[in-house]
Amino acid sequence: MIVQKTAPPDQQPSAFAFSSENQEKAKAIIARYPDGRQASAIMPLFDLAQRQHDGWLPTAAMDYIANMLGVPRMRAYEVATFYSMYNLAPIGKYLVRVCTTTPCELRGSNEVVAACREALGIDFNQTTSDGMFTFREVECLGACVNAPVVWIGDDYYEDVDADAMRKIVADLRAGTTPLPGSQKGRQTSAPINGLTTLKEQSV
Amino acid sequence: MSTLNIDGNEITVEDGLTVLQACEIAGAEVPRFCYHDRLSIAGNCRMCLVEMEKSPKPIASCAMPVANGMVIYTNSASVKKAREGVMEFLLINHPLDCPICDQGGECDLQDQAMAFGRDRNRYIENKRAVKDKDLGPLVKTIMTRCIHCTRCIRFATEVAGVDELGATGRGEEMEVGTYVERALTSELSGNIIDLCPVGALTSKPYSFTARSWELRKTQTIDVMDAVGSNIRVDARGREIMRVLPRLNEEINEEWISDKTRFACDGLQRGRLDRPYVRKDGKLVAVSWAEAFETIANRIRSLDGARIAAIAGDLVDAEAMVALKDLMGALGSQHIDCRQDGAKLDPKVRASYLFNSGIAGIEDSDALLLIGTNPRWEAPLVNARIRKRWLVGNYLIGLVGERRDLTYQTDHLGAGPESLRDILNDGAFSDALKKAQRPMLIVGQGALARPDGAAILDMARELAEKYGFITDDWNGFNVLHTAAARVGGLDLGFVPGPNGQDVNGILAGVESGSIEVVYLMGADELDMKRLQKAFVIYQGHHGDAGAAGADVVLPGAAYTEKAGTYVNTEGRVQRALRAAFPPGEAREDWAIIRALSERLRHQLPYDTLEQVRERLVAVAASFGEPDVLPVLPWKTFGMAGETTAQPFVTPITDFYLTNAVSRASETMNQCSASYGANGQPGTGTDG
Repeated sequence: MIVQKTAPPDQQPSAFAFSSENQEKAKAIIARYPDGRQASAIMPLFDLAQRQHDGWLPTAAMDYIANMLGVPRMRAYEVATFYSMYNLAPIGKYLVRVCTTTPCELRGSNEVVAACREALGIDFNQTTSDGMFTFREVECLGACVNAPVVWIGDDYYEDVDADAMRKIVADLRAGTTPLPGSQKGRQTSAPINGLTTLKEQSV
Repeated sequence: MSTLNIDGNEITVEDGLTVLQACEIAGAEVPRFCYHDRLSIAGNCRMCLVEMEKSPKPIASCAMPVANGMVIYTNSASVKKAREGVMEFLLINHPLDCPICDQGGECDLQDQAMAFGRDRNRYIENKRAVKDKDLGPLVKTIMTRCIHCTRCIRFATEVAGVDELGATGRGEEMEVGTYVERALTSELSGNIIDLCPVGALTSKPYSFTARSWELRKTQTIDVMDAVGSNIRVDARGREIMRVLPRLNEEINEEWISDKTRFACDGLQRGRLDRPYVRKDGKLVAVSWAEAFETIANRIRSLDGARIAAIAGDLVDAEAMVALKDLMGALGSQHIDCRQDGAKLDPKVRASYLFNSGIAGIEDSDALLLIGTNPRWEAPLVNARIRKRWLVGNYLIGLVGERRDLTYQTDHLGAGPESLRDILNDGAFSDALKKAQRPMLIVGQGALARPDGAAILDMARELAEKYGFITDDWNGFNVLHTAAARVGGLDLGFVPGPNGQDVNGILAGVESGSIEVVYLMGADELDMKRLQKAFVIYQGHHGDAGAAGADVVLPGAAYTEKAGTYVNTEGRVQRALRAAFPPGEAREDWAIIRALSERLRHQLPYDTLEQVRERLVAVAASFGEPDVLPVLPWKTFGMAGETTAQPFVTPITDFYLTNAVSRASETMNQCSASYGANGQPGTGTDG
């Protein structure tokens, strides 16, 4: 289970404001909701703020968005702390989230975790000293057909094994972005050993 | 109406009730933690599970509306099993620290675990621990004990109107708190201590001082404001340990303000426990006989017109009637109970009362606040206004200081000219005209000023013009800030035909025409102006009045005497003695009775009953306690010039408004932590 600890006050910025570009985006997001229901925009706005602020959501940003939407601050804190995808403390450049729920575990996520530990030199909920990686164990990511699944940034890496995990980390460290999706080369979730049906040309 | 069968008994109840309420009506006990009559329904503790026929699972009775033909069992085997299961779950993470818990002995969880739980637990893993939160100087938290009923969150959000408490995190990590460390900025925050069904929120000043079963409980009346909240005072020996609210639907429901609850430690500090006489510039402790002799020597040969008396904010009616009679016997007409100088006239009783009644706020459909900040002056009136506002369709206009009152107001202006504007069909008059039951509340900030009488007259004119007064509705209300004021006005504790009011008395002292001033618990005066007079101070605290006095007579505080108080609605209420006054201090009417004998004007009453008979003789309303008076409307007041000066609330610091609260350490801590002027954070101060 993900236990998020809020960043201590000395790590919290004193103020937060959307960049002018994000302000436009925020307006568009708020406009999606009917009049009097602007509070519903709180979750996409948190995401926007988190992306602007190095991948984590400071308390100042929660206050800023609460004021923007006319929501009591406490209600904003409740939303932000409820969902595990909002990071409440600084994280590394790449947030590596390895799924260890039953399907992934049956398909070898333990080796992936071990490879990750070894390649990064850190354990769950830790950040590498160079600030590149934060490593986290997560529950089901909903891509069980391609288990084991690793989620980095906005991308899913599927069919990951220990070797693939090591390569992904090495690539990221070298500054290149490894190709997301299946690491065994299959098209989306098609059968891994080639098609088993619909083989006839005539069809 | 729906007809249900509860435990084999047919019962018909109104639609819209919940199964739990129906069970209560039927007399079946249903245990609960999260459910509370006055809060929204959460349905999260699951303790109120009952069995319903045709339902495969037990239902949470607090969240299930009644329906015709329901068959409910509250004592079947499956209900017993469900309750035992819920209790076992609740106790998984609840520490077994009852012996060191302040809630022990009055704890819902403890009681219900005994009544509905099992004596065994199958849980062998580690319990969770939660960091305690800092909620300020009043509420102590031991959050490991929290069972997440969310009553405190709902109270803060719904009743107190401050969205400062919430539940952060989820699942096992869920914590109730403020997320960012801050004190609760509500004048009603102490009520979450009563609401908490476990020992997670307890009283900080009371912590580890007493157990509930050692306390002697007295049902009495509060005097910290003019609301007259019904309270229960818990005492051990001579010491008042704590103050709790008592249910009174028409006044305070079941809440009390923080000042009412926590100022009681002031009753142990700074008390006057023996008579003093000023000798060579210093107050020296003397006997009662010597104190009386000093007064007698000074007064005996003096013309009554050179003597004056002022009654303070916390004085009971018995003491005031005795003092009034004594002053009459001495031939003085300079008596006044309006030490703030409010321009109120006792001739027409409806002109100085909260005629709609506090509960009547809920029946009104538009409200105009004039020179008042009810959040400070009467937090429970404010809570009622908020309760009415939450129902919706309620326009509130405000003439006076712009403050966060926990509900939305239309700020119409700052001073009398804005009031004149409303009277001349200006802003907000449409809302008042449309309303069926409009009401206005005039605060002391609008009356305790030189043009107060003219403003009161404007308010009367406004009430008459816009239909505030009908056969079954009186929307004209004066909100008092002092518990003694209405009683004083009822008794006619105001200057006689040739008498001087408070300002006249102070001026008379300066000019030398008044030589002796009797202060009955009056501390809110400019004592420098009394320097030339021979001042007799009778009261219970060594506050401003005693410091400048020549003779000090120690009286009893509100918890130490059987006194009669009249609240701002005109409701006569009786306070009872919870503890004896300290040292040689005595009940106030008895002191005056004894003094009168020394002055050779012996008052004709020897017992409390006789004083109360005298009260009724002076004002018949004292014969009908606990009743909201319904009064005929008569014309009163006199038009006059008004100044442009804006209205200012008479309270500069909510926590320090009288001698008791100023002596209280807790109230001083509150004053310090909520800012110099007592204005709680508005939510924008981070």
